[in-house]
Amino acid sequence: MPKVKIKRKSTWVDMTAMCDVAFLLLTFFMLTSNFTKKEPVLVTTPSSISEIKIPETNVMTILVDPTGKVYFGIDGQDRRQQLIEKMAATYKVNLTQEEVKRYTLLDLYGNPMQAMKAFLNLSPEIRDLPQNNFGIPADTTDNQFKKWVKFAREVNPELRIAIKADQKTPYAIIKKVMKSLQELDENRYNLITKLETAPGQ
Amino acid sequence: MAEVSQDSGSHKKGGKKRSKKMSTRIDFTPMVDLGFLLITFFMLATSLIKPQTMEITMPSNKKVEEEDKTVAKASQAVTLILGKNDKVFYYFGKTEGAQLLETNYATYGLRKILLEKNFDVAKQVEDLKAEKAKIRMEDEIFQKRLGEIKANKNAPVVRIMVTDEANYKNLVDALDEMNICSISRYAIVDIDEPDLQLIKEKNI
Repeated sequence: MPKVKIKRKSTWVDMTAMCDVAFLLLTFFMLTSNFTKKEPVLVTTPSSISEIKIPETNVMTILVDPTGKVYFGIDGQDRRQQLIEKMAATYKVNLTQEEVKRYTLLDLYGNPMQAMKAFLNLSPEIRDLPQNNFGIPADTTDNQFKKWVKFAREVNPELRIAIKADQKTPYAIIKKVMKSLQELDENRYNLITKLETAPGQ
Repeated sequence: MAEVSQDSGSHKKGGKKRSKKMSTRIDFTPMVDLGFLLITFFMLATSLIKPQTMEITMPSNKKVEEEDKTVAKASQAVTLILGKNDKVFYYFGKTEGAQLLETNYATYGLRKILLEKNFDVAKQVEDLKAEKAKIRMEDEIFQKRLGEIKANKNAPVVRIMVTDEANYKNLVDALDEMNICSISRYAIVDIDEPDLQLIKEKNI
């Protein structure tokens, strides 16, 4: 029997280099990415070769999900406050200061005005559930959507309109949205798409 | 006189009591854990891709005077009707007596037809792009020349009519084809009576 004792080697690894790599990656991510906005519905936009980027500020977002619900939002907390005050005055909805403040923290809103007070009093976790969002009405009988766009334009004349819709959204709803925009003489807008490589490139 | 011994550590016994040399090595493992936790947070909460947009301008609703309307020659007109199940129907020229043909969104479908119709303009745009890559043209000059090419009077004019059964992707794909095939004049129009008849006949 060999009497050689196996020398116990140190199992300690120097982790300094690993730490450097980790912080390099972290710095890269911190500097190059931007926080995604939380949306009530996850939407898959169609792809296009257009490479124009969406502007960061002064954007009016219209989100249409595959079931046809319309969500609306603008950026800027103070603008949102002015917008909601105008809407609340028109539809005679009485909102407390606290509720107004809650609204200004939402990026997108998708309910008729009559349900706004109840919606703002829900807790944030259940606000995004489909049963709590009915979409903004855009039919000819009760076109609240048109009022939203009109007041948003009054609050911020430089707003650019961005429409984000799912691939499977039936055209009938898009037609309604576009028609409402046309009636308000809003003829220039952007459709949000994914990037697709141009053919032959 | 007592000799001050310089060597340390060689005798532990009997000499002055010296404190054990403490190791100055720090274990960085928890730091790495922290780093990766933060990376994971940023990877999941942020996105590197900024969404792209496609700009479109719709025709204004205001009544345009008859003489201001630009009239397109029947030979230039192409009408696309976007139907359900990703089908595209098209015809050239006026609605009456038009022959409705079917295609789809694949490369050998709609794009082939539009490129054939728009051959001259498409070829000039291709040449311009090749030139831009070769001599490193500035963007403004490129845009100016692109505008000149697209202002060609004989270029086709496309009308896009969308039925209610089509979906949003069909519309975006059609608009995308306009960009790819360098169609200079196109518009999304409502389906009017004669076209409605045509659709009903063909049972789209």
